[in-house]
Amino acid sequence: MAEQIEQALKREYEAGFVTQVESETLPPGLNEEVIRAISARKNEPEWLLEWRLKAYRIWLEMEEPEWAQVSYPKIDFQSISYYSAPKSMADGPKSLDEVDPELLETYKKLGIPLHEQQMLAGVAVDAVFDSVSVVTTFREKLLEAGVIFCPISEAVHKYPELVQKYLGSVVPQKDNYYAALNSAVFTDGSFVYIPRGTRCPMELSTYFRINELNTGQFERTLIVAEEGSYVSYLEGCTAPMRDENQLHAAVVELVAMDDASIKYSTVQNWYPGDENGRGGIYNFVTKRGICHQRAKISWTQVETGSAITWKYPSVILKGDDSVGEFYSVALARGAQQADTGTKMIHLGKNTKSTIIAKGISAGKAQNSYRGLVRMNPGAQGARNFTQCDSLLIGDRCGAHTFPYIESRNPSAIIEHEATTSKVSEDQLFLCRQRGIDTEKAVSMIVNGFCREVFKELPMEFAVEAGKLLEVSLEGSVG
Amino acid sequence: MLKIDQLFAQIEDKGILKGLSLDVKPGEVHAIMGPNGAGKSTLGNVLSGRDGYEVTSGSASLDGKDLLAMEIEERSHAGLFLAFQYPVEIPGVSNLEFLKTAIEAHCQAKGVEPPSSAEFLKQARQACKQVNLPQEFLKRGVNEGFSGGEKKRNEMLQMMLLQPKLCILDETDSGLDIDALQTVAKGVNDMRSPERSFVIITHYQRLLDYIKPDFVHVLSDGQIVRSGDASLALELEKLGYGWLNAEESA
Repeated sequence: MAEQIEQALKREYEAGFVTQVESETLPPGLNEEVIRAISARKNEPEWLLEWRLKAYRIWLEMEEPEWAQVSYPKIDFQSISYYSAPKSMADGPKSLDEVDPELLETYKKLGIPLHEQQMLAGVAVDAVFDSVSVVTTFREKLLEAGVIFCPISEAVHKYPELVQKYLGSVVPQKDNYYAALNSAVFTDGSFVYIPRGTRCPMELSTYFRINELNTGQFERTLIVAEEGSYVSYLEGCTAPMRDENQLHAAVVELVAMDDASIKYSTVQNWYPGDENGRGGIYNFVTKRGICHQRAKISWTQVETGSAITWKYPSVILKGDDSVGEFYSVALARGAQQADTGTKMIHLGKNTKSTIIAKGISAGKAQNSYRGLVRMNPGAQGARNFTQCDSLLIGDRCGAHTFPYIESRNPSAIIEHEATTSKVSEDQLFLCRQRGIDTEKAVSMIVNGFCREVFKELPMEFAVEAGKLLEVSLEGSVG
Repeated sequence: MLKIDQLFAQIEDKGILKGLSLDVKPGEVHAIMGPNGAGKSTLGNVLSGRDGYEVTSGSASLDGKDLLAMEIEERSHAGLFLAFQYPVEIPGVSNLEFLKTAIEAHCQAKGVEPPSSAEFLKQARQACKQVNLPQEFLKRGVNEGFSGGEKKRNEMLQMMLLQPKLCILDETDSGLDIDALQTVAKGVNDMRSPERSFVIITHYQRLLDYIKPDFVHVLSDGQIVRSGDASLALELEKLGYGWLNAEESA
């Protein structure tokens, strides 16, 4: 039976095509000159160049982290190109009509039409291709509500005071090895600003696409939600199938002022590499948000791609009565390795956090949950509830849980529950006896296991995530 | 309907069924009784194609089609239904979703249009009433946190919606209180029809107080050693399975 399940798990990676566009790509290598070149291409102000160079000098002093439960050959940072952009983007097309049709076709193929009239009503999209943003839809409409949604490279020029104030305020340059690298070489990403008391009228989303060979993607996203505002933001990611590994090291910073609420959802489907672990994206990402008084930040992630995932979306619960949530589904199959989880740092009184993490392992994959819950001395009456569930498919994969719990306040309450289960022969037999084939049965059982997390996703994404799992588990049954 | 001829089956190298033959005609209800270890559950598992059982010789057919050559789900599509002794839980998959997926698979196999969502929901609610399960159970995970009785009623619910030709009940009565037992019996009796047959595997006679079988067979050491009408079950109940062995060795 294990064999049948493994067959059912084999799949095609549907987003694995390459777009043929002429690109302008910096030669591989990393030094101060490269950073100056990136900054010059983006016509950046002096302060930002200095900020990048400072990050680079910090990075040079740092060591690559090795504590994660993942193994891979050492990355040669000099063999990566740190900037690549389609040539057609050089003159900065002003409207959709001026955008290279090849690029529009790419997003269409991925199921993300960029013509506003063809899009899902109520979702605005920023499309990032390698190192640049191709197009951002519905910007005027959002601006009517005072909402800023634009590429961060543009925000640097248009809203310099906001960017300067918040960039690096949640994830400082020296935070960790990959955050420092990102700070030095980041190219594009989204900037979101929601003014006081405003409920963002649309879902905002960014689709990241890596296309060029030997290129890293280092995007930077910054979301600021002023007092009493609300925004729901989603990101999706795909890349072509290649035999070489590619590096993706992003930083996401969220700022939720008093009574603000940010919901951040991710469906990550980077190319995972082949069954033998050849190729695939190294996904080393730092995501963190800070909550002021009564604010709420909710991370939801569905991680199905990448050869290696190293990612811990976190919340600093600084303000009293603030709330942090983390809902995660991490699927690792074939030779994939995932080490993912969260950090909930409770500083304020009566702060609350909830962690629901679902790990699914199949094939030879290794899937680890790593989570920190810290109650600082000032976190009077703080509460955390953590639930980690692992589902094993087949008998060659592994699931690991590394909870770190630090309580320095005796009034804080921390609960941790963990379970491990297998897709059992009995469950499959029941489904098949009722007429449901193995493929559909496995997919149904896995979807059921993820239900608690899927229901946190915005509707359009929940359907997509469900389908993505189905695709991930698709294949011929032997 | 169901024709089993000289069926031999084993688990690993241990022979369990040793030349079992049985002929079930449309509309008939057959009870299979026997002591623990006689091969009762194996019979249901082999007929439905469960992994781990190897058929070494003999044949089994449903409406003339070779059951043993079919995949598990194909046997289901052909009309074979097995009600489980220990129904398993599928957390997070709602009963409704599970049933809908199963019915759609059946429709697809038959090449007919599946019922609309509204029509299906109506049928599911009606079936809930018949087996005395509150409608909330449709939204709950399959068997998730159900009591023993609720699980068995859920089996009956599935049986009603799938409308099989041949229903095999594998010790469905075990561990049931009298109310649940009556509900299960009512489910079977409601579904009895000239086109549908039942094979009821049971250790005890008490289910047969509520479902009157046309034939009773006694299974012992992988073979049917005695067949009769409903009165055979009563006789067994009075004298116990030891009586058979004593008679055989005498």
